[in-house]
Amino acid sequence: MTDGPARITRDEVAHVARLARLQLTDAELELFTGQLAVILDHAADVATLDLEGVAPTAHAMAVTNVLRSDTPRPGLDRAEVLAAAPDVEEHRFRVPKLLGEAP
Amino acid sequence: MTAAPTATEVASAVRSGTVRAASVLEGHLAAIDAAEAGIHAFNLVTREQARNDAAAVDAAVDAGHDPGLLAGVPVALKDNLCTRGVPTTCSSAILAGWRPPYDATVVTRLRRAGAVVVGKTNMDEFAMGSSTETSATGPTRNPHDLGRVPGGSSGGSAAAVAAGFAPIALGSDTGGSIRQPAALCGVVGMKPTYGTVSRYGLVAFASSLDQVGPFARSVADAALCFDVIGGHDEADSTSLNRPTPRVLSVLDDGVEGMTVGVLAEFLDGADPVVVARARAAAEALAAAGARVEEVSVPEVALALSAYYLIAPAEASSNLARYDGVRFGLRVDADDTVAMNTATRSAGFGAEVKRRIMLGTYALSAGYMDAYYGKALRVRTLIIEGFARAYQRCDVLLGPTTPTTAFPLGAKVGDPLSMYLSDVCTIPTNLAGHPAISVPFGTDDAGLPVGVQLLAPALAESTLFRAAAVVEAAAPDAPGRGGGTT
Repeated sequence: MTDGPARITRDEVAHVARLARLQLTDAELELFTGQLAVILDHAADVATLDLEGVAPTAHAMAVTNVLRSDTPRPGLDRAEVLAAAPDVEEHRFRVPKLLGEAP
Repeated sequence: MTAAPTATEVASAVRSGTVRAASVLEGHLAAIDAAEAGIHAFNLVTREQARNDAAAVDAAVDAGHDPGLLAGVPVALKDNLCTRGVPTTCSSAILAGWRPPYDATVVTRLRRAGAVVVGKTNMDEFAMGSSTETSATGPTRNPHDLGRVPGGSSGGSAAAVAAGFAPIALGSDTGGSIRQPAALCGVVGMKPTYGTVSRYGLVAFASSLDQVGPFARSVADAALCFDVIGGHDEADSTSLNRPTPRVLSVLDDGVEGMTVGVLAEFLDGADPVVVARARAAAEALAAAGARVEEVSVPEVALALSAYYLIAPAEASSNLARYDGVRFGLRVDADDTVAMNTATRSAGFGAEVKRRIMLGTYALSAGYMDAYYGKALRVRTLIIEGFARAYQRCDVLLGPTTPTTAFPLGAKVGDPLSMYLSDVCTIPTNLAGHPAISVPFGTDDAGLPVGVQLLAPALAESTLFRAAAVVEAAAPDAPGRGGGTT
């Protein structure tokens, strides 16, 4: 066994929410901090195991180097794809400004 | 619930020209009209397209062509399977109204076999849940008791099959999302070996765990559907490029000489009635000629914790695509990052937000080794534990779920208690193995109990042979007096 990580704090939940592009209300922050702490406490049985020498498994049925033949073929219909977008301009996805205005 | 025909019966009658696909469809649409308002199995019933598809099947029969193995069989699709031009929402506000520009491979294969899609079924939002209560369109109710959950996340598909809305439905199973609702609704539900059924067009939740599979009212129907949807697909880079087991042809081969291991860890903590049903199913296999013994795979006790680190980690990455740019909801804001944040905050429900944050945290600097890294190593231990058991056993047996269907609202405020309802199904997802839930009687209140069979990777034939024997011995099997309620 090893020491597990420290209990998740409200500030950490707020930080993680920012990373995940989620804006939480104070009430949500409070609720999620408590709930995530309970879930992570349960996960302590994994987090505290000494697993030195055990290889990780990311895929149970791993297959590698999957390549199709390099033959041109039609992709998705552009008009159909763009029709599903929230905002479009000249066959492109349109978004608000990405960077702050130049000084 | 009803005396509705099986898929095998429908396909056989339609192919031989004795029954019209159109009349089969109208019968099922009438069943939907009669009971759907109280159940809410569907997000969308595709009535007109279904009528056109059924007419095309009848026209093929009239022209002397064979429409295929599922000729005229109504099927319901979980609403995370892409259908070209038909809304696919994952029961999330962030995808409300989205019409995919392509069909999932499994949808294409069902249609080519003559199946008639009747609608898109309700689910937990993005398949995150075990009760169908996290759906943005409201919960589905269990057809056996409208005050109880159907299980989840594929609760709409399970309920649709149980209620006689369709003989077959497709679901997806990341941690039990086919088998658990199948058990709670009293139908058959099967999770194939990872990589045997294409994930192309399945909206991703946890890509190393997600697998599409069938719901049906009989093991034979589930086998028929698996044979139709399985097989290599070059559009899915995780699809296994090797022959997929064909299972319909081996259903009657029996279990003589098989060794069945009753998995001790799955019996621990399960309700006594569920344990009793599992033991009775094991006895039925013994009576049919199998050798039955108790086995222990202690590593599965770690599966729940590993799963709730791995699945959210993968989900946090997969769900990054819902950013308000290319499809789905957009909530306007001054700049793109603010727009992304406003869109995701408004579009995702609480359980999805919880899992995205859990996964982001498990992958974040300083915690990745302790959480995600450890979980991947535990996954190795679980695979090794199963491998040990399968040196002695051909199949393993245990409950599908620790309890029968629980009341609506009973677990929504306590995520961990909800997660624990998947404790018997999660280990096979981590191992990539196939498993099936078969109805096996009821509890004292008349609620269905499911028995789960597990097999090694690509041993679907063994799995289905054992499932057929369990089904034939079930207390409410046809010809055994009980009948369905």
